Amino acid sequence: MGVRTTVSRATAALGVAVLLASCGSGGDGGGGEQPGGALEGRGEVTFATGKDTSGNMQKLVDEWNSSHPNEQVRIIELPESADAQRQQMVQNAQVKSDAYTILNLDVVWTAEFAANRWVVELPADTVDAGKFLEPAVKTAKYRDKLYAAPVYSDGGLLYYRKDLLDAAGLQPPKTWAELTAACQAVKATQPAIGCYAGQFEKYEGLTVNFDEAVHSAGGDVVDASGKPVVDSPEAKAGLDALVTGFQQGVIPQKAITYKEEEGRRAFQAGELLFHRQWPYQWNLAGKTDGSSQVAGKFDVAPLPGLNGPGSSTLGGHNFAISAFGKNKATALDFIKFFTSEPSQRSNLLATSQAPTLASLYDDAELIKQFPYLPTLKESILSAKPRPQAVRYGDVTQAIQEAAYAALTGAKPSDVALKDLQAKLQELLK
Amino acid sequence: MTAVARRARGATSGAGRLAAALLSPTFVVLGLVVGYPLVAALRESVFREGTDLDESGFVVEGSRFVGVDNYTAIFAGESAVRFWNAFGNTTLFTVITVALEVVIGVAMALVMHHAIRWRGIVRASILVPWAVPTAVSALLWRWIFQADGVANSIIGQQILWTTEGWQAKFAVILADVWKTAPFVGLLVLAGLQIIPNDVYEAARVDGASPWRQFWRITLPLVKPALLVAVLFRVLDALRMFDLPFVLIGSRKESVETLSMVAFDEASSLRFGPAAAYATILFVYVAVTALVFVRLLGADVIGAARERARK
Repeated sequence: MGVRTTVSRATAALGVAVLLASCGSGGDGGGGEQPGGALEGRGEVTFATGKDTSGNMQKLVDEWNSSHPNEQVRIIELPESADAQRQQMVQNAQVKSDAYTILNLDVVWTAEFAANRWVVELPADTVDAGKFLEPAVKTAKYRDKLYAAPVYSDGGLLYYRKDLLDAAGLQPPKTWAELTAACQAVKATQPAIGCYAGQFEKYEGLTVNFDEAVHSAGGDVVDASGKPVVDSPEAKAGLDALVTGFQQGVIPQKAITYKEEEGRRAFQAGELLFHRQWPYQWNLAGKTDGSSQVAGKFDVAPLPGLNGPGSSTLGGHNFAISAFGKNKATALDFIKFFTSEPSQRSNLLATSQAPTLASLYDDAELIKQFPYLPTLKESILSAKPRPQAVRYGDVTQAIQEAAYAALTGAKPSDVALKDLQAKLQELLK
Repeated sequence: MTAVARRARGATSGAGRLAAALLSPTFVVLGLVVGYPLVAALRESVFREGTDLDESGFVVEGSRFVGVDNYTAIFAGESAVRFWNAFGNTTLFTVITVALEVVIGVAMALVMHHAIRWRGIVRASILVPWAVPTAVSALLWRWIFQADGVANSIIGQQILWTTEGWQAKFAVILADVWKTAPFVGLLVLAGLQIIPNDVYEAARVDGASPWRQFWRITLPLVKPALLVAVLFRVLDALRMFDLPFVLIGSRKESVETLSMVAFDEASSLRFGPAAAYATILFVYVAVTALVFVRLLGADVIGAARERARK
């Protein structure tokens, strides 16, 4: 039923799109100058985003609205799940609807939205390259052109039980070998504890963790020119680290069912010594209301790698301007306002989401409140993006398929990587 | 004579016209609600959207007519493996869940029928699972089946229910039976209530055992209601989507159904192939329904027809 509705709606959308395209497309000169390229028009704009859980988005919008009475911004809240958000934005773009002006895009959607001309290119000076974290800016680009402004960033951290490592006289590990060794040492006194977990359920989190393992072993999923290079000894070493982790019990068996929340519950229950997780866990695991057994007993470190520090997968969100929205000049100003230092500071304080401005990570006052900021900065600066693909949905599914097969023992890791390489070659050609 | 005949013919065609006029709103609604989506999906299934990039990296827009390519692509190479796997899962889930639901549903109906004390409470409590939205019940079951969940602590073992394998299929079947057996029970109960009591009295006088009464009286007389219940359940189960999607997750081979494949294609913006999958599923469901009505004589709208024939 749902499928039929989606399909028929898509058909209707397509019909309208064809109609519109036949009416009003003069210049299909390829890339360069598009009529939508000029960011003109001032007045009311809408801002399509996921749930505003902290209420701080509304607060910033109210602040903007009070100083811009003729250029009001209205928030349109989309469903909570990222897939549903993307689908709504895509459907609106396909009917060339002007319902959404500003789009809050996940970093992995940039290529798809830019290549389909659903969002417009932004002037290069929208983002001051000197002030923003470079990896975050890269996620907003498609073929070296800026299509969005980075608003939130995200990087993985290694949460570890400081109390247990201290008791064993150990430092947080920098390599996977050190991690395993530290685990053996702690297990001598804490036999029940699990060593390490990340996000290994078959969903986007698995792509994140697989990419991290490959990058941290010196490999790559795709190279700088966008060609898949995942069938390499380095990538195999990365994947094997996870596979043997499961085989040897360094990673508990049940971690194959972990998304972020299941892992967080396990860490907070004191079941894990090390946990690869996003910054959001810091506040929740530190709660002293009894929900966390590990409050005050943990700290964070950069992710470990094969022969040295590892490299995180980059997360985050960017704001883009819909090609079909009205009043693009206002939209651009609002994006600049939202990415300004005061706005980002208030966002960090209210939501603890990682900012994209480098200066905030070195702010003594903020570090006092969020002691993980310096580690997070390190994590983001050395982070690698996921493959920037127009058909990202297919790419991430191929990665999940291969990684899940290897982790569950359905395929040996070299076969899984070989199959993945073949599939990516087809998807990225 | 001729005048009379003409008048009579005029009257019938007048009545026919009136009937057509009165029925036309129904036809318009049916056309919009049933006809249009069907035709639109069929039309969509013979097109494919452009995925090629031009030199500067932009998608070449527009969909092109591909004829039956979307259909043949389903049965070729890797998609064939995926399709037949999903087809197998869909069929397996349908056969097993409906079979279990019939047994449990009939038992439930008998309990509800014979319950004398707390009749209302028994009926209401048996129907609770049916009243819970499927996605919500799937979330409940996921909570039960998680690694540290209730299911594992009851059996005292750690089975990872939501990973690939038979245990995932089992979890889906259990959750589905829990949810929809009451539906079968309700329809069978309705059938039980119209069986006159004297039939049983006569049987008792003749010395028939309760078991014999069940096989010889209850089951044959409740068969029409039961067949309708089974038909509804089969059609429903063939379209199963939300339960495995929420309980186990998308793209899990062990539980992927045809609806999930179609959904997955559509959310990757391949509406043509998605429509093709949906159409194939539609044909599968339609053929099954036809077989049911023709071979087993499931009587959905037949009561009136039967009377008319007499």
